[in-house]
Amino acid sequence: MLELAIKGSKKYYAWVAFLLVVIGIGFLVYLKQLSFGLGITGLSRDVSWGFYIANFTFLVGVAAGGVMVVLPYYLHDYKAFGRITVLGEFLAIAAVVMCTIFVLVDLGQPMRVFNTLLYPSPGSVLFWDIIVLQGYLFLNLVIGWNVLEAERNGTHYQAWVTPLIYLSIPWAVSIHTVTAFLYAGLPGRGFWMTAILAPRFLSSAFAAGPALLILLSLFIRRVTNFDPGREQIQSLAKIVAYAICINVFFFLCEVFTAFYSNIPEHMDHIKYLFMGLQGKGSLVPWMWTSYGLMVIAIILLVNPITRKHEGVLTVACVAVFVGTWIDKGLGMISGGFVPNPMHHVTEYAPTIPEILITLGVYGMGALILTILYKMSVAVKEEVAA
Amino acid sequence: MLAGISAVGLTAKPVLDAFAAEQKQNPKIGLKRGDDALTAKRWGMVIDTTKFESAEDIEPIIEACHKTHNVPKIENKNHEVKWIWEEHFHNAFPGLAQQFQDERTEHAPFLVLCNHCENPPCCRVCPTKATFKRESDGIVMMDFHRCIGCRFCMAACPYGSRSFNFRDPRPLIEETNNSFPTRMKGVVEKCNFCAERLAVGKQPACVEASDGAIVFGDLYEPESEIRELLRTNYTIRRKQGLGTEPSIYYIV
Repeated sequence: MLELAIKGSKKYYAWVAFLLVVIGIGFLVYLKQLSFGLGITGLSRDVSWGFYIANFTFLVGVAAGGVMVVLPYYLHDYKAFGRITVLGEFLAIAAVVMCTIFVLVDLGQPMRVFNTLLYPSPGSVLFWDIIVLQGYLFLNLVIGWNVLEAERNGTHYQAWVTPLIYLSIPWAVSIHTVTAFLYAGLPGRGFWMTAILAPRFLSSAFAAGPALLILLSLFIRRVTNFDPGREQIQSLAKIVAYAICINVFFFLCEVFTAFYSNIPEHMDHIKYLFMGLQGKGSLVPWMWTSYGLMVIAIILLVNPITRKHEGVLTVACVAVFVGTWIDKGLGMISGGFVPNPMHHVTEYAPTIPEILITLGVYGMGALILTILYKMSVAVKEEVAA
Repeated sequence: MLAGISAVGLTAKPVLDAFAAEQKQNPKIGLKRGDDALTAKRWGMVIDTTKFESAEDIEPIIEACHKTHNVPKIENKNHEVKWIWEEHFHNAFPGLAQQFQDERTEHAPFLVLCNHCENPPCCRVCPTKATFKRESDGIVMMDFHRCIGCRFCMAACPYGSRSFNFRDPRPLIEETNNSFPTRMKGVVEKCNFCAERLAVGKQPACVEASDGAIVFGDLYEPESEIRELLRTNYTIRRKQGLGTEPSIYYIV
């Protein structure tokens, strides 16, 4: 099927070429990081994880969000989603590949990464995160590919795929739960020490993933002869609406617990993010923007009149995606490190090289997604013709 | 395809071995201990902070440690490497700082270092066991050659005791001590309770330089000097509420 991805218009090739340039720039800057060390990033002794790990965390969510089209179709026989399950699965593949690369570029000694398998440590949550993420990649690749190939051949997918599909549903929940456990089990980091960290991660995932799917579906409808379908997009929009409501609700639960109890260790991180602490507050405007966008999205998505208007829906989905990205990509990780365990405030901001490497990784994900979607759409067009 | 399957097999084997390890009782392989080596069931430290008045009093102690262990001097605060350093009371003991603190404690310098916890969260999270608690004497150690630089241990340590080599540290070491390894970029490091000195019968460098203000000994030996100090002085430990059981005690 892969041959379908190399037959495209000039615009398609221009897009692929553009992505290759972005990837190339990222790669060159990464070589610099490899030779100098992580000192070219904005990371510090106090904020020892930053942009790479934050984007990794966000993208685990996008990957898990793909299950929101798989689950209704396979578990509840919601037929409309049959048209787009493969889009969810292939989005998950691109997202998990990006996650893996983000972890790799974050390592100080990447050539030693296989030490995690040579000296496996089941006591480390990172060990389990590697297992669930690679397992999820494998499941989606096998399922997506087989189902699409069967569709192309006009047959039903093979029977052995069915149990894998059922397995992939709880597995999607597991990837983001385990990723949350990376943070939630650390003593002395009050911001992450909350039992609803995994639920929070999942709610933002089930908002961000399907929001991106809606945007991608609208784009596919515009540039190809395959229409993912109005009903499908509207159903996804309802999923996004509930998920983003729950996400903001969970955050307000955190705010209540921290501030009503009045325990400094839990309040300080939220204060730093939304008000600034010890005179430092570079993330304050970002965090208010993030929650502002989420609230706007809630208003636009819950109200059926605005949700049904696809132009407005596009705006709402962009608001959800950007809002949750700022929340997880900027606030969630550095927010947990500031203030540090000794109550010093060391701020963090990614440097230009760090951003270029990050863009390179996103470029790689976009390239994988482009190829997989090009292939899927070509099959759908072929079948329809 | 076949290559793919065998690659999976190769990587899966050590993983499966790890789960099977508990059943197998391999003969213990170890190094022979030196004749002069100092040994203990669990090493610990008592720091008598009443003997330090100003930063000048503790400077030589920090100097001694950092020289012995080839710790580089890095100007950029973000990239600093430190094994033992000075903090204010309210930073070293955030939960214990009083609204109306006595003047001496408020202004005195407090030495902080790795606590060599009984239940070290850093070892729990390490995905390669590059950091581990030595069974024989409870020292939390690092294998600089195994560390992949994921920095999970830095996120897990509630005391900020770990440093990462954000760049090659070697050009920034003023005078290299050839009896202790230097590190490379991309790995984490921290205080090792001078395991290399204990092995040849020497007290830790900071203890030696402290003029009696720091006492080092076996916490599980009731007759030791350190236990005598703990019996006769009121001491505190950092963030006891977290259940890590630090080995460093402070007389205040």
